[in-house]
Amino acid sequence: MPRASRWFIRASLVYLALGFTLGALLLCNKVVALTPALTRLLPAHIEFLLVGWVIQLVMGVATWILPRFGVPRSAYGSGTAVWVAFVALNAGVWLAATGPIAAGRLGGLLSLFGRLAEAVAAVVFAANIWARVRASGLSPM
Amino acid sequence: MPTIARWFIRTSLIAFVAALLVGIAQAAPQAPAAVVAVGPVYVHLLVVGWITQMIFGVAYWMFPKSLKDAPRGSDSLAIASYVCLNVGLLLRVLGEPVHTLHPTAGLGWTLVLSALLQWLGGMAFVVNTWARVKER
Repeated sequence: MPRASRWFIRASLVYLALGFTLGALLLCNKVVALTPALTRLLPAHIEFLLVGWVIQLVMGVATWILPRFGVPRSAYGSGTAVWVAFVALNAGVWLAATGPIAAGRLGGLLSLFGRLAEAVAAVVFAANIWARVRASGLSPM
Repeated sequence: MPTIARWFIRTSLIAFVAALLVGIAQAAPQAPAAVVAVGPVYVHLLVVGWITQMIFGVAYWMFPKSLKDAPRGSDSLAIASYVCLNVGLLLRVLGEPVHTLHPTAGLGWTLVLSALLQWLGGMAFVVNTWARVKER
C-alpha cells in the first residue's frame, strides 16, 4: 500500500471515529437533551461520514489497488497530484463542516470554499487516476 | 473470505434491501405516521447498515495482514464490532419511530443504548484496522 493511500485511509478512520462520536451525541440528544447547540453539529456529522470517511476511504483504496502492471511506484500516478487531492479534500471537509456552525456570511463563505476545495480534490484525483482504469495487460491509453 | 467478513457483507446486503423497502414505504401516498417517522432510520440503514458495514467486511478481508499470529487483528474485536454495530442499528430501527411518535412511552433508553453500541462498534473497527494500514 503506497504512502498516500495510508494517509487517505488513516484519515478516513479518524473521520469515522469523529463522525460516529458526533452521531452518538446527536442521537442521545434526542432523548436526554444534552444541549440545543448539538443540533448545529449535524452538518459536521454528515460531512465527516460521507466525505471524510466513505469518499476518502474509496480514494485511498483506489490509489492503492487500481492496476499498475508491475511497473515501479511512479505508476501510482503523479505523487504531487495525489497529495494535492488529499490536502484539498481534508481542507474542504473542515471548511464545509464548520460553515454551518459559524452561520451568517462567514458561515456561507466557509461552506462555499469547503465545497470548492472538495471539487478541486475530485478533479485532481480523477485526472490523476484516469489512466490506471484499463483492462489488465494493456498498455496505457 | 473469513467468516466475520461474510457476516458483515451479508448483513450489509440485508440492510441495503431493508433501507430501500423503508424508502418505498415512506414515498408511498398516504404513508402512515409511523413510517414517515423513520426518516433518519432510512438514511442510517443505507450509510451505516449498508455502506459502512460493507466497507468493514471488505477491509477486514482484504487489507494487508498485520501479525503472523493475528493476521487480521483481533477476531474478538471484529466480532464485537459486528455485534455492537448491528444490535445498535436494530435498536434504532425499532426504537426511533416509537420514541418519535410517543416520546413519553419510556423507550428513549433504546436510542441511548443504540448510540453507545454503534459508537463502540465503530471504535472497535478503527482500533482493529489501524495497524493493518501499512505498506505490505
